[in-house]
Amino acid sequence: MRRVAVIGVGDTEFGELWDSSFREIGIKAGLAAVADANISADKIDALFVGNMSAGRFIDQEHIGALIADYSGLARDHIPATRVEAAGASGGLALRQGFQAVASGLHNIVVVGGAEKMTDVSDTESANIQSSSADQEWETVLGATYPALHALIARRHMHVYGTTREQLADVAVKNHKHGSLNPKAQFQKPITREVVMGSPLVSSPLRVFDCAPSSDGAAAVVLCALDQAKNYTDVPGEIIGTGQASDTLSLHDRKDICTMEATRVAAKRAFEMAGITNKDVDVAEVHDNFTISEILALEDMGFFKKGEGGKATEAGLTGLDGEVAVNTSGGLKARGDPIGATGLAQAVEIVTQLRGKADKRQVRDAQVGLTHNVGGTGATVVVHLFRRV
Amino acid sequence: MKVGIVSYGAYVPRYRITPEEIGKVWGADGKAMSKGLMINCKSVPAPDEDTITISVEAARAMMRRCEVNPQDIGALYVGSESHPYAVKPTGTIVAEAIEAAPHLTVADFEFACKAGTAAIQTCMGLVGAGMVKYGVAIGADTSQGAPGDALEYSASAGGAAFLIGSEKVIATIDRTYSYTTDTPDFWRREGEMYPRHGGRFTGEPAYFKHVLSGAKGLMERTNTTAKDYTYAVFHQPNGKFPTRVAKQLGFSDAQVKSGLLAPLIGNTYSGAVPLGLSAILDEAKAGDRIFATAYGSGAGSDAFAITVTDEIETYARAKAPTVKQIIENVKFLDYATYAKFRGKILLGSG
Repeated sequence: MRRVAVIGVGDTEFGELWDSSFREIGIKAGLAAVADANISADKIDALFVGNMSAGRFIDQEHIGALIADYSGLARDHIPATRVEAAGASGGLALRQGFQAVASGLHNIVVVGGAEKMTDVSDTESANIQSSSADQEWETVLGATYPALHALIARRHMHVYGTTREQLADVAVKNHKHGSLNPKAQFQKPITREVVMGSPLVSSPLRVFDCAPSSDGAAAVVLCALDQAKNYTDVPGEIIGTGQASDTLSLHDRKDICTMEATRVAAKRAFEMAGITNKDVDVAEVHDNFTISEILALEDMGFFKKGEGGKATEAGLTGLDGEVAVNTSGGLKARGDPIGATGLAQAVEIVTQLRGKADKRQVRDAQVGLTHNVGGTGATVVVHLFRRV
Repeated sequence: MKVGIVSYGAYVPRYRITPEEIGKVWGADGKAMSKGLMINCKSVPAPDEDTITISVEAARAMMRRCEVNPQDIGALYVGSESHPYAVKPTGTIVAEAIEAAPHLTVADFEFACKAGTAAIQTCMGLVGAGMVKYGVAIGADTSQGAPGDALEYSASAGGAAFLIGSEKVIATIDRTYSYTTDTPDFWRREGEMYPRHGGRFTGEPAYFKHVLSGAKGLMERTNTTAKDYTYAVFHQPNGKFPTRVAKQLGFSDAQVKSGLLAPLIGNTYSGAVPLGLSAILDEAKAGDRIFATAYGSGAGSDAFAITVTDEIETYARAKAPTVKQIIENVKFLDYATYAKFRGKILLGSG
């Protein structure tokens, strides 16, 4: 298997991009990544696009061909593939791209992710997002996506004594990071009181515990590591990739305070890379809800089970903490255009490893991690990156 | 020929409900809603009030303040998005009520919240062209907000009427400018009881873009800035939007205060800028300059540069109550009574 490097990254601002169409933001991020990689279009061998639900959000399927076409790549007839795994669509697209280069099938591939969520009503958006849960056993019985995460939060509070304040601290930290990221959807720092005084969504989760609906796109250019130096002085190597699945329904899990797929995917990625979580300097984890970040910290072994909330409260996950978590602002503050999220995480980590994260730069970041979740943890993709 | 306002009159129903009372029913934080929207309470029409009765009250007040022969009125337009009839004009009833019928042209206007100011512009054109001696332009609404929807905290009722002419003008309308695009931020289809809206889309790309473009467009065309005006009034779907837009355009709180009624009566839709302008005219002195920008969803803005004339000194303002006096007389409702007044309770057929 060949070693694989990221030679270019690009993204759009995240937010309510009402003046831009899906294809526009997709192309914008892709072109930015290609320009960053300093390659010409004829070098691109294949395209992978992460997208969860363009069919329902904008009535458009056949996303792979669409993006290839509007990128001007259709004339070269390159393979263009859409990848879907709910919230993990972007991370999974990255893994597909990685496999394509590692296997030797392709030399240079572009992996993009995009979602346009704000062209539908809030209710419709919530329904579409809930389709990542089990329609027959969860959604049809009234469970929404926030409600399922509220169950997890409530249980975690009951079993481990995680407090309402600690949940709020996740949002406070990520908004603080978002305030340092000019492309983040939310750029205002907030307080515990703001989080805990925001309208209730599904007890105990409030509005500020939930990632927003967003429009946005992100992309990376992958290349065989031995050729990467032809294009860039600062490649970031993907040193580990892990994917795992779990039951689609939350109620089929033995313990809803753990996402087994996170644990297994991370284990696989760490084993492949030959490192441990102690080596990770900066991590982008899937904080679609504040409780999700706490679970991720615990399930990947950064902190003991039940200690994620306390660690957050103690500031151990801030920019100068034991491990800097969600320096981009995370899904919570940077925004969560579903299909783009996994790629946006990779863009942030590579930016950190290059030392180009400006005010949110983690000092001497050598190793980074991305953690991308579909549904309530039925698909998890973890990637590890290292500065070359 | 100087075309402008010859007389005006206003009306706001006396009933009020607070965001706290509404929030209590829907499990929402009414106090936070009140603070966020800058709305302390909103006006509610009584069961026997609608856009027609509000228009008639305002038009009668307008006629009381001047000595114009109603038979000299050649045109009457009522702008509203809550005309009681889908087919059959509001304006004919108003024309009869002020004895302006039958030798005049009448029509109902609709452009969401700015149909009243569109009526003013139409009357300006007719008077300016010499087609009519006087025209009446009314903006009035009993606006709808679906139960539990964000709109329910603000959608209220009220209206004002303006007599447009070229003789004994108390305030000249020096220039008007409109800015219009197709921006579907808020709509109600035929037969639907409540409007629908695009949430935050009603803000930046809708209200703010159009109000700012309309206001700046007028300032450019009149070569004026905020400092040249004594008063300013903007469409006020809540207290927050007009306050923010005024600041962005360089107007001070002192310039905006008199015409900002949303905190006390809510969003009167087509009545909003007409009522704010009426409140300003209630206290304006000769030489004062007024800047007004109305907004209608869909979307567009109508901006006006107005100068108060010496005629205001002898004008019989006191023959009808001021807006301040009208809105002082209030009676608060609980949600149940409010729901009954607004036809939100499904009645049995027996």
